[in-house]
Amino acid sequence: MSKINDFVVKFANVNGSGSASANAMFAKSIFRMGIPVTPKNIFPSNIQGLPTWFEVRISKHGYAARREGIDCFITLNPQTYQTDVKEILPGGYLVYDNTMPRNFSRKDINYIGIPMASICAENYDDPRQRQLFKNIVCLGALAALLKIDIKIIESLIKEDFEKKPKLIPPNIKALYLGRDFALENLDCDLNVGLKKIRTTKKKILIQGNEAAGLGCVYGGATVVGWYPITPSTSLVEAFQKYVNLFRVKDNGEVSAGIIQAEDELAAVGMAIGANWNGARAFTATSGPGISLMSEFLGLAYFAEIPLVLFNIQRGGPSTGMPTRTQQSDILSCAYASHGDTKHILLFPSDPKECFEMAAQSFDLAEILQTPIIVMSDLDIGMNDWVIDPLQWNDKTSYERGKVLKKQDLDELMNWGRYLDVDGDGIPYRTLPGTHETKGSYFTRGTSHDAFAGYTEDGRINADNMMRITKKFKKSVKYLPKSVRRKAKKDTNIGLIYFGSTSVAIDEANDILESQGHATDLLRIRSFPFGRGISSFIDDHDHIIVMEQNRDAQMRSLLINELNKDSSKIHSILNFDGSPVTANFIVKAFLNLLKKNQVVFKSLKKKQSAA
Amino acid sequence: MSFIKKPSVHHPKLPTNALGLNRRDYEGALSTLCAGCGHDSVSSAIIEACYNLSIPAHKLAKLSGIGCSSKTPTYFLNKSHGFNSVHGRMPSVATGANLANRDLVYLGVSGDGDTASIGLGQFCHIIRRRLNMLYVVDNNGTYGLTKGQFSATNDKNSKSKKGEDNPFESIDLAALAIQLGAGFVARSFSGDKDQLIPLMTAALKYRGFAFIDVVSPCVTFNNHSQSTKSYEYFREHNEALGYLDVIPETEEIKVNYKEGSSAQVQMHDGSKMILHKLDKSHNLYDRGNSIKILNDHQTKGSIVTGLIYLDKEERDLHDTINSNQKPLNILTEKDLCPGSKGLDYVNASFR
Repeated sequence: MSKINDFVVKFANVNGSGSASANAMFAKSIFRMGIPVTPKNIFPSNIQGLPTWFEVRISKHGYAARREGIDCFITLNPQTYQTDVKEILPGGYLVYDNTMPRNFSRKDINYIGIPMASICAENYDDPRQRQLFKNIVCLGALAALLKIDIKIIESLIKEDFEKKPKLIPPNIKALYLGRDFALENLDCDLNVGLKKIRTTKKKILIQGNEAAGLGCVYGGATVVGWYPITPSTSLVEAFQKYVNLFRVKDNGEVSAGIIQAEDELAAVGMAIGANWNGARAFTATSGPGISLMSEFLGLAYFAEIPLVLFNIQRGGPSTGMPTRTQQSDILSCAYASHGDTKHILLFPSDPKECFEMAAQSFDLAEILQTPIIVMSDLDIGMNDWVIDPLQWNDKTSYERGKVLKKQDLDELMNWGRYLDVDGDGIPYRTLPGTHETKGSYFTRGTSHDAFAGYTEDGRINADNMMRITKKFKKSVKYLPKSVRRKAKKDTNIGLIYFGSTSVAIDEANDILESQGHATDLLRIRSFPFGRGISSFIDDHDHIIVMEQNRDAQMRSLLINELNKDSSKIHSILNFDGSPVTANFIVKAFLNLLKKNQVVFKSLKKKQSAA
Repeated sequence: MSFIKKPSVHHPKLPTNALGLNRRDYEGALSTLCAGCGHDSVSSAIIEACYNLSIPAHKLAKLSGIGCSSKTPTYFLNKSHGFNSVHGRMPSVATGANLANRDLVYLGVSGDGDTASIGLGQFCHIIRRRLNMLYVVDNNGTYGLTKGQFSATNDKNSKSKKGEDNPFESIDLAALAIQLGAGFVARSFSGDKDQLIPLMTAALKYRGFAFIDVVSPCVTFNNHSQSTKSYEYFREHNEALGYLDVIPETEEIKVNYKEGSSAQVQMHDGSKMILHKLDKSHNLYDRGNSIKILNDHQTKGSIVTGLIYLDKEERDLHDTINSNQKPLNILTEKDLCPGSKGLDYVNASFR
C-alpha cells in the first residue's frame, strides 16, 4: 500500500544534540513542497541529555491532528530505542545509525541503516561538528528515501545561516553526503514518500505564541510585565521581536516597555498598573503563574481594571508536566481569586485565532474594564501549525471603552467611577492626569460605593456586585461566538469542544461520518457562554464534551453556568499530556454508544412517529 | 480619629503657591487613623512638599499597598488619582503605571509590614529598576490593623506592648535600598517636619528611585517604654546627619552655609539641594560609607536621620529601556500598529 503524502515520521533524539534545527528543516521542506504537515515537538523539561521526540504528520487531506502509529521512525537515541520501536506500524521503517552493529527484534518492519557517525568522522575534524552534522547527514538521506526536494532544504540551510554564512557550505556538504550515501547504498523505493502538491502554497507555518505575540503588537499593547515560564515564554519573546521590528524609532526610542518581573505576582501587577494608567498591557503565563496571579486577578475584577492575560496551559496540577499540553485550567481561570469572581475567557483553536484574539482582547479588556484571559495551550503555542496567512484590516481602530476626557469631565456634574449610567453595567473611568479638579478617584480592592468611596454598607456592596454581574452577563455580545456545524443528517447527538482539540475533532468527525454516525458539532470560543451554546445543548438528547483534562472542567462549567441536566452531558477526556488524536476520540465515542450512554435517534423519524 | 468634617470653605487670605493653589487644595479626606498617629504627620509633610513644589495634584499618582500606612493616600491630595493595591504589591503596580505614563509624579506610601515582609521582593526589585518615584515607608515596627504583631523592622531588643521579646533581627530598609541601587535614600522622623519636608521636596524632584524611611510611631501598639519605635525613644536616640534646603531653579541661593560642613548639589531640573552636614565624616555619595554609618548607629542603638545616600547621576527605568519620550498611554493605532503591510512581511517570513 502506497502512502504518498499520507504518513507519520518520528525522530527520537537526545536533547541538546542539535537535532531541533534539522528537524524543523525537515518539516518546513515538506511544507514548501505544498504538502500539509503537522510537526509536534515532544520535549522534556531539560536542557541537555534527556530524550526528545519530533513527530511529523504528513497529510494530503490536511488533517492536522496527531495520529498514532509511526510509518517511519528515525531512532537516534539509544535510551528510548526499546519503547520507540514498538510504535512503528507493521511494514514501517526504522532508520538508525549503523556505525555500530545493532540487533533487532521485530520481524515485521524494515530496517534502514545509515552510518551517520562514521560519515561525519571521515569528513569533519571538529568533534562538535561531527556530532551536529549527523543530523544533517540523516536529513540528506531522508531526502533521498522520502523524495524531499533537496533544493528546498538547501535554501532553508541558507536562510537559517544567513547571519553565519561560514556554516552554510559544511551544512550543505553534510546534506549531500547523506543523500549520496542513500542513493548509492540503499533501496530508496519505500511505500512512504512525498510528491509536490499545491495545498499549502498560500499558507504559512507558524506557532501560536509567535502569532499571539504579534497580535499584541497589532492590538496596541505597549507595556508587558512577565516572568519566564514554559510554555508561555516564547509569546513575550515574539512580542519583543516584533516591537524591535516595528516599534523602534530612528533615534532608537522604543514604543513599548517590556519588563521581566521578579515573579508572576509582579508581572501581573505591572500589567494592571499600566492598564489603570491607560496603556494597553498584558502578561503571559501558565498554570503555576495563574495560581500566583489569582489575588491580583480578583483586584482587577473588583476594581474593574482592564487586563489581558495569556494562559498557555500545560500539564498540571502543581509543577505537573511543564512541557506537555493540557486544557486543565478552565475552572481555575473562570473563577480565579477568592470571593465571588468570574472572568472572561477566550479559546483560540489555532495560531490564526491566537493572533486575532490577542489583538481583539485589548479592545474587550478596555470595553469591559475587566481581565480577559486567553486560554491557549502548549500544543498551539509551541508547535508549528499550517494556517491561512494572517490578515489585518487597516480600517481597524482601537475600541478604548468608556474613558472620560477633559472636556467630558468639564460637562459632567455628578461623575461616579462605578455609576451604571448606561444600564449595561459598564461604568466610566478616568485616567490620572486628565483634569485639574475633576475625575480623580481612589482605586481600591476594598468594598466601595458608586463613587469609589470605601463603604462597609452591605447593601451598597451587594448592589455593586450585582452591577458587575450584569456587566459580565452582557459581555457576551462583544465576545467571539461559538461555531456550530450541522451533521449531514439529522441527529440527536451534539459534540462540544474547544481550543487545540479542534483539529482532532475535524478528523474524528469525518471518520465517524464515513461509518454512518451523525453528530452536530459546536466549538466554544469564549466564556461566559452565549445563548447559542445553551440552545445547542437543549437541541440534543445527548451532549458529549471533548476536553483535555481529567475532571471534565468545561462540562462542569457548562452545567453550572447554563443550569443544564448533567445526566445527558457526557465526556471524552484525554489528559496524558499529548495532543489528542482522532482515533482516540472515535474510540471513546463508539464506547459511549456501546454502553448505551449515548443512543442515536434520527430526529426526523422521531417527529414523524409523533 | 475625628468625626468632624472640615468645611470646604477656607480663609480667603490663605497663602498660595505658583499655581495659585493653597495648602487646602492639597488636602484629602479626613484621616481615620488613631489620634496622634505618626502617619498623619507624614501625610502633612507630603501636602506641604507638594504645595511648595507647586505640583499640579492631578499630575501626581499616589499608590499604596495594604495596612494603616497604605490607607493614608486617602488623606492627602484628593485631586490625585490613588491606587490602593494588594498587600505588598504596590511596587509592581507603580512600575506598570510609570511605564504607561512617564510624565506623572509617582508617590508610593507603604508600611513596614507591606514593604519589609510580604512586599520585600517587590521592594528590592523596584529599587534595582530605579523606577522614577518617591517611595515612603511609614515605619512603626508593628502591624497596627491586626493589633500589634511585630513587623520585620522591629528592633531585636524592642519588646511588644504586652512585654514579649522580639527574637528576630530587624531589616534596615534604608541600608537595603542603598545596596540595591536607590539614588536617593533618607531616614527621618514623622515628628521632625523641619527635616522631613525638605527631604520629601528633594525626593519628589529626584529623577530615579528615591526612598524615605520615616520612623512614624504607632501610638496604640508600639509607643511604650520598651519600644525602640516610640516618640520618646526616637527623640532620645536620634542622630541627624544633617539638614537639607531645596532651592528651585528660579530662585537664588540665600542660605548661608559654612565651607566644609555644607554641600551644594545641582539637580536634573536645575534646582539645587543645599546640605547642611552635622556629621562631617559622612560621605553621602559613597554607598559603602553610607551603609557603614547606618550599621554603626544601629550597633550603638541610635537612629541616624537625614539624607544618607545620594547618587548625583539621576537616571530611571525609562532611560534604561530607552522608551519613547512620549507617554506610552497616548500612542495611537498610527504609532503602534504596523498594518497590513507589516503583516505581509511577517506572513512571508513564515512561508
